[in-house]
Amino acid sequence: MTDPYIILPVLLHLLTAILLIFCWKKVRAQKIISVAGNLVIVLLAFGLWMKVWNLGILTMQGGGWEAPFGITFVADTLSATLMLLTAIAGLAVAIYSCAGITKNRIQYGYFPIVHFLLMGLNGAFLAGDIFNLYVWFEVIIISSFVLMTLGGRKPQLEGAINYVTMNLLASVIFLTAIGILYGLTGSLNMADLSIKIANIENRELVHVTAILFFVGFGIKSAVFPLYFWLPSSYNTPPSAIAAIFGGLLTKVGIYALIRVFTLIYIPDSFLKGVFLFVAGATLVTGAIGALGKTDIRRLLSYLIICHIGYMLAGLALYTEQAMTGALFYLFHDIVIKTNLFLIAGLIYKIAGTYKMSELGGIYRRYPKLSLVMAAVFFSLVGIPPLSGFWPKLYLISESLNSGSYILLASILIASFITMYVIAKLWAEVFWKEPMVVTDLKAAGFDALSNFKKQLLVIPVIALTALTLYMGFGAQHIAVLAERISTELFHHQPYIDAVFEPKN
Amino acid sequence: MEFLLVLLIGLLYASGTYMMFRRSMVKLLLGLILIGNGANLLIFLVGDINKGNPPVIPRDFSSLQGVYSDPIPQALILTAIVISFGLQAFAIVLLKRVYLVTGTDDLDQLNSDDQDI
Repeated sequence: MTDPYIILPVLLHLLTAILLIFCWKKVRAQKIISVAGNLVIVLLAFGLWMKVWNLGILTMQGGGWEAPFGITFVADTLSATLMLLTAIAGLAVAIYSCAGITKNRIQYGYFPIVHFLLMGLNGAFLAGDIFNLYVWFEVIIISSFVLMTLGGRKPQLEGAINYVTMNLLASVIFLTAIGILYGLTGSLNMADLSIKIANIENRELVHVTAILFFVGFGIKSAVFPLYFWLPSSYNTPPSAIAAIFGGLLTKVGIYALIRVFTLIYIPDSFLKGVFLFVAGATLVTGAIGALGKTDIRRLLSYLIICHIGYMLAGLALYTEQAMTGALFYLFHDIVIKTNLFLIAGLIYKIAGTYKMSELGGIYRRYPKLSLVMAAVFFSLVGIPPLSGFWPKLYLISESLNSGSYILLASILIASFITMYVIAKLWAEVFWKEPMVVTDLKAAGFDALSNFKKQLLVIPVIALTALTLYMGFGAQHIAVLAERISTELFHHQPYIDAVFEPKN
Repeated sequence: MEFLLVLLIGLLYASGTYMMFRRSMVKLLLGLILIGNGANLLIFLVGDINKGNPPVIPRDFSSLQGVYSDPIPQALILTAIVISFGLQAFAIVLLKRVYLVTGTDDLDQLNSDDQDI
């Protein structure tokens, strides 16, 4: 069905960003506009999700040019769900930023850039045209470059060099793949490519483009061995920014991988083998990387890499069940990684450091808050019946069914190491007596006004509630993930929706 | 013409990759720019090079006549060039800032944030 409604979240982010630019130096006005804008977008995204859930795939042809000649926007269930989760994470981060980001950063355009970033994410989820997807990726990376370097402290700049270089390189590889693909098929529309790519005789070149796409998106989603830019950069910006990056940026790479390798390419046994190896290696190396880290945010950065492996494992096994698991994990991961970085920011506000050796005693000082955080940590580890458990169940049973025992071992190793590092983090940060007895009154969190404390705590509690819902209401998420998985593997309705004649 | 372009693209990709492996930040940037230009030329090349008419349907016909040029690769390259201009401008300013803050353009020296395990 053609429905211009689907583009509204993108436009509203653009509008909010423009409004914010007009309030350049007015910090309070920016906070109010940003939170209000995000609130409206959450409602819109929920409306869109309901529409897609009830009516099926919605499309919009840019400028009324029919596919495959115009630029197509498609909202299927996967896009709509990811847009909803992005909107929720965006709202949480916007509220958190009101107290967590300093006046100086806000005066140099923090909020407008966040909205441009979220606009890019929404656009990427909607893009039904591969070159359009490239353009949205560029919108995302240029916004993330600015966010990463905003403030210009030395570690930030040093981390940004890695980040900028690898992302520019990924874009060039992506562009190369698009160029060759256009030369082969003469089309850029993803639904059209899906039909045309099957009839290309030069299979070798088709495989080359598939690998190029995999490398390009692989760098963006930080898979083995292309992830080293992530731990060196994600621990440098303020936590609110790291939360958006950790929660959403690597996931858009995974989204692109899932979309391209279910709609356009159907992986052959060689490609599946590559995926299997990369997924297993990502799981194990990410987990081992997290083992020795003493800085909370560095540890979390390695856990991001490790858990990307679960989603890739779902794609590598390439069955509907495994994809269901991967999608479930994707939804769980967006919420929980955003939340974890917000929590890391809270801990920093409380104790003034990210170093685990210097932290301690947070449970004694803030028992209720610690319990909320504990729920998040347990969900991350995947203690049944919390949300990290269910997707792993799908993945483990599928890797058993398909006989991929090495992947199975990697999944188990990664789960155990995750549990170990989180247990260590809990013991060091929450239970241990602090090494340096800091003056409690002087610490940042207690000095804040009550209202500001709530601005920091409420997003964490709300995201924790969502995580708990994903765990205890797992049947809802599983139904959703199964429906998306079916849509991905039987993509004829997607193609029909794009090529639906105009009425 | 095609053959020359193929050679040129290969050269741009190769030299870009080589420059990115160097330790100097300026060479890294040059490498990124070269590789980006290589990608743009590649799109130009695979979009079929011919001396065709503009892709405009004459007044009295209902379809394109004779040999015409595909406008899409040119549109793609234009978009890619504009985007890479923006990104490269940002990267240049970033490298300048890093140089001012750290006082070196050696990438191996950029590890003040590394910690002992």
